[in-house]
Amino acid sequence: MKKKLIQDAELVSNYINGDEAALSVLVHRHKQKIYSFIYSKVYDRDITEDIFQDTFIKVIKTLKRGKYNEEGKFLPWVMRIAHNLVIDHFRKNNRMPKFDNSGEFSIFSVLKDSSLNAEKSIIKEQVESDVRRIIEELPEDQKNVLMMRIYQDMSFKEISERTGVSINTALGRMRYALINMRKVIEQNNIVLTN
Amino acid sequence: MAKIYSQKTPKTIDLQPKDETISFLLNYSKALSVINYNKLKFEALLN
Repeated sequence: MKKKLIQDAELVSNYINGDEAALSVLVHRHKQKIYSFIYSKVYDRDITEDIFQDTFIKVIKTLKRGKYNEEGKFLPWVMRIAHNLVIDHFRKNNRMPKFDNSGEFSIFSVLKDSSLNAEKSIIKEQVESDVRRIIEELPEDQKNVLMMRIYQDMSFKEISERTGVSINTALGRMRYALINMRKVIEQNNIVLTN
Repeated sequence: MAKIYSQKTPKTIDLQPKDETISFLLNYSKALSVINYNKLKFEALLN
């Protein structure tokens, strides 16, 4: 005896009239198509499962509320619901702040790590110790003015008061200190670059 | 003779929803009842 295939439209109408088994037939009949359709868009089993479930929840609610009016087109209707939910899923994901560096603007052009890396911090230490050594070579009066100006951040007025010389003398000592340091650097080929 | 490296066809994945999902949906359907009241529709989930 040939088994008679009940059409979707009939099953839908039976379901609306309270036949729960009709829904089971509909779900089992179309589950593979709908599931594969969703999976082909999202490529994730868990998300597919969620969207599949949401699709049928929507189907069930619509049918039970008696709002379904596309008889004979059950599968395309369910597919459209699934499609809309897939779009919703992607929209929702786009709203999440995501880092995208594919465009012309690169965030790294405005953001950088200001801290020095290991190599640079070693170089910095070396440069600083070289400078200190050169300063030690300076005559005492020039060295004092330079130390007060650079390391203690004193003004020339303060330096002149502290050392008991005029501002012009302090300025002159500073000038000679720098000239002498440059000389030492050039003579010894010291590289002071960071 | 040249070796032919033909691409293996990937295993076909079984694209089926989980049984739990199906059973959840069928149970959800059984539990859901829509109550009509003066042109208003209320959904009620009865367990």
